[in-house]
Amino acid sequence: MDEKLATKLGILADAAKYDVSCASSGAPKRKAGKNGLGATAPSGICHAFTPDGRCVSLLKILLTNYCLFDCAYCINRRSSNVPRARFSVEEVVRLTLEFYKRNYIEGLFLSSGIARSPDRTMEEMMRVAKTLRRVHGFRGYIHLKAIPEASPWLIEEAGRYADRLSINLELASGASLKALAPEKNDRTITEAMGQMHERILEARDERRRFSPAGQSTQVIVGADDVKDAAIIRASARLYDDYALKRVYYSAFSPIPEASLLLPAKAPPLRRENRLYQADWLMRFYGFSADEVAESGEDGMLALDVDPKLAWALKHRERFPVDVNRAEREMLLRVPGLGQRAVERILTSRRHQKLRLPDLARLTAGLKRALPFLVTPDHRPVSLIDRLDLRQRLAEPAQQMSLF
Amino acid sequence: MSRVRIDMKAGADLDGFRRALRIFVRDRVAPDDVVFAAEGVQDLFGAPLAGEAPPVVLPRAVTRLIADVVCHRDHERYGLLYRLVWRILKGERGLLEVASDPLVYRLARMQQEVRRDIHHMHGFLRFRRVVTEGGVTEGETESSGIEEKERFVAYFEPVHFTLAAAAPFFAERFANMAWSILTPDGSLHWDGKKLVEGPPARRDPAAAGDGFEEGWRTYYAATFNPARANPKLMAQHMPRRYWADMPEVAAIPELVSFAPVRVREMIAREAAASPKRAPEKALQKMREGRPKSLQDLNALIAASEPLVSGAVPGATRAVLGEGPLDADIVFVGEQPGDQEDRQGRPFVGPAGQLLDRAMAEAGIDRGSVYLTNAVKHFKFEMRGKRRIHQKPTLSEVKHYRWWLMAELEFLSPRLVVTLGGTAALALSGRQVSVTKMRGRQEFPPFAGFLTVHPSYLLRLPDAEAKASAYCAFVDDLRQVREIAGERLKAA
Ligand code: SF4
Repeated sequence: MDEKLATKLGILADAAKYDVSCASSGAPKRKAGKNGLGATAPSGICHAFTPDGRCVSLLKILLTNYCLFDCAYCINRRSSNVPRARFSVEEVVRLTLEFYKRNYIEGLFLSSGIARSPDRTMEEMMRVAKTLRRVHGFRGYIHLKAIPEASPWLIEEAGRYADRLSINLELASGASLKALAPEKNDRTITEAMGQMHERILEARDERRRFSPAGQSTQVIVGADDVKDAAIIRASARLYDDYALKRVYYSAFSPIPEASLLLPAKAPPLRRENRLYQADWLMRFYGFSADEVAESGEDGMLALDVDPKLAWALKHRERFPVDVNRAEREMLLRVPGLGQRAVERILTSRRHQKLRLPDLARLTAGLKRALPFLVTPDHRPVSLIDRLDLRQRLAEPAQQMSLF
Repeated sequence: MSRVRIDMKAGADLDGFRRALRIFVRDRVAPDDVVFAAEGVQDLFGAPLAGEAPPVVLPRAVTRLIADVVCHRDHERYGLLYRLVWRILKGERGLLEVASDPLVYRLARMQQEVRRDIHHMHGFLRFRRVVTEGGVTEGETESSGIEEKERFVAYFEPVHFTLAAAAPFFAERFANMAWSILTPDGSLHWDGKKLVEGPPARRDPAAAGDGFEEGWRTYYAATFNPARANPKLMAQHMPRRYWADMPEVAAIPELVSFAPVRVREMIAREAAASPKRAPEKALQKMREGRPKSLQDLNALIAASEPLVSGAVPGATRAVLGEGPLDADIVFVGEQPGDQEDRQGRPFVGPAGQLLDRAMAEAGIDRGSVYLTNAVKHFKFEMRGKRRIHQKPTLSEVKHYRWWLMAELEFLSPRLVVTLGGTAALALSGRQVSVTKMRGRQEFPPFAGFLTVHPSYLLRLPDAEAKASAYCAFVDDLRQVREIAGERLKAA
């Protein structure tokens, strides 16, 4: 690879790393055609992990980090003093193909600053996807971060080549958006999301190809003073209204030359983590947004315990639960029991009465679950009433970031 | 009963195990009485087995488990599997569901370890491009497929005997590429058509790098966020045993040790934020990005691909609207037809000619109105040599709605006349019944009028119905003229 291209790659990958929605899952299963390259795996594949513990699955880059806008939380904003670069369509195509052939990546995640105009930028992104598919028969994963300010028909066309389109909500409240991203408009963003949702549904009805892996969004946490409860409720609304596949949370990172409007330090990564856990509870464990939101105090999720445990501690009257008799819904609410463990319990107990040694083989979270469970050889009567139960179950209070 | 012995091949010997299983089941040999001897193991008691036996019927989940577990490196694997099968055949049909059973638990763990190993190979294996200059690469037997100029070669050390199980993934993904995977247990070579087995290999210390490895390292380093360094988590996901063959990990030590410094620098630089420039400029650019005239919009539409499904045989070109820009009345049809598509002009086919006639009778000058379509591309199906019109779907109509609305905004007519249900749908956004809604309509922000599409008149079978429908249509057009005239006066 020539040096100029490598320099650009360094700049434009660096600028893209704050975007966390980089999973490659959810695409329809595809194999390489006769003259094509690439396939998709049902759950995506991580090809490497970076020293921040995050997975590298896609070539995640910006088309350009020039931007006309000046969003305070963004490293690419107009007033930021970072080195700038711009890829050509052909360069992105080439990088994607060459990296893909060496089994470095699952595909491409392409985002961009808004250079020249929203339409011109969106058009070039669309052309990247189109060239990969049409000219090179590429069948790997493509995720485009749509520019909500671009004309709908461009996004429309992009959706025919991408596996996933997404639009970043960035901030959970319109007021924060106004303060931190004055040129952005929350109506533009939600309208674009709504349109995208409509297109996806229609295409599914008509068996047409349009962003088959759905749409997702990203919310930055900690750049404003919006509470967790509000973020959780906003996410629940997004899942309902636009059938989003995922809402990603990104703890605001201290980025070079961040605006003076922003807090000088990053929020604990644990908060981001707790939001993800809350999100899981809603999507897979049957919790409502209100239940999750109310598991914390003052609208903030507890940091010392995960939201499921926090909920259980507040609802001790509903425990302990009999492992051999309880319904799935209630087993799913037992701290320490994951979805897989619950399924295994349900099938195993049809054949035998489960005791503690059996349970130990079914879940790795038995220790955490003990105070909430009953088995023929275990009854936690005294434990559930203990006042210090929370301290005993809380994780050691260590900060997970470098601050 | 005395013990019986069966000799297994090295590696994942699924065929060998299948054969053994059949014989043991036929002879009702208890699990305690069998010995599975790995290849090369000498001096085992018991007589080696020979011969064949009929297949054994097992639940699918069990055969899947067997296929996975035979890849495990644990030499007890065959014995454990046979124990499981024995118990199932003895009556514990649902044994595999009892995840809490110690034997099931152990085998499930082994299965999981094998699957994880396969998954790791899929993710962590790295190819290197090797130029082969027309020749056949080493390790390859007869070459049959693509003419080979380059080959991608990878060296990988799996934990278990998983090469064969992991290879189909690469064959699907890199079907059109010549590649080889070398492991200490054996190698596999793909030529575009089939997989060929080769001997075990060692890591070649002299293997040259690939021009893209440096770029990949650059990418890997750039995508790491120093403010979130967490090397422990990394090592948990990406076991060290694979690192030797992954070009990017060379960057890790430096990334980790410099992370705190980089974060301090980042924070220090915050103080030096440059002043913001006026946001108006960006918004101005956004506005400029929109088409500024009908001409701009039309250029855009003409340059775009049809927004109809690529699977449906579709239009060859966009047919744009036509007429004076200050027209009082805009007629909106459904979509161009065969003639319109060929000539690139709206309403020139049979339906258009009928519309001309009706307009003339109603006293509307065709030259004074603007004619356009809800959908800008001809959608058809080939029947023999003929292109048969196909109704656009609901969503196709909606796709074109932005263009249509933008077009109408530039024209800002006094009255929009929708010809047929599709056009009314495009303007109102809902399904509309032409018979019920025929007449004056509001299509906010436009005043409207809904009537039939002239092609409907052409399709009516008997002459009498045709004649009366035509009269009604002309009547509608007279009303249109009057309404537009009223609005003209009122304005
Ligand atoms: S528009 Fe996007 S790239 Fe530009 S400053 Fe805002 S968030 Fe950053």
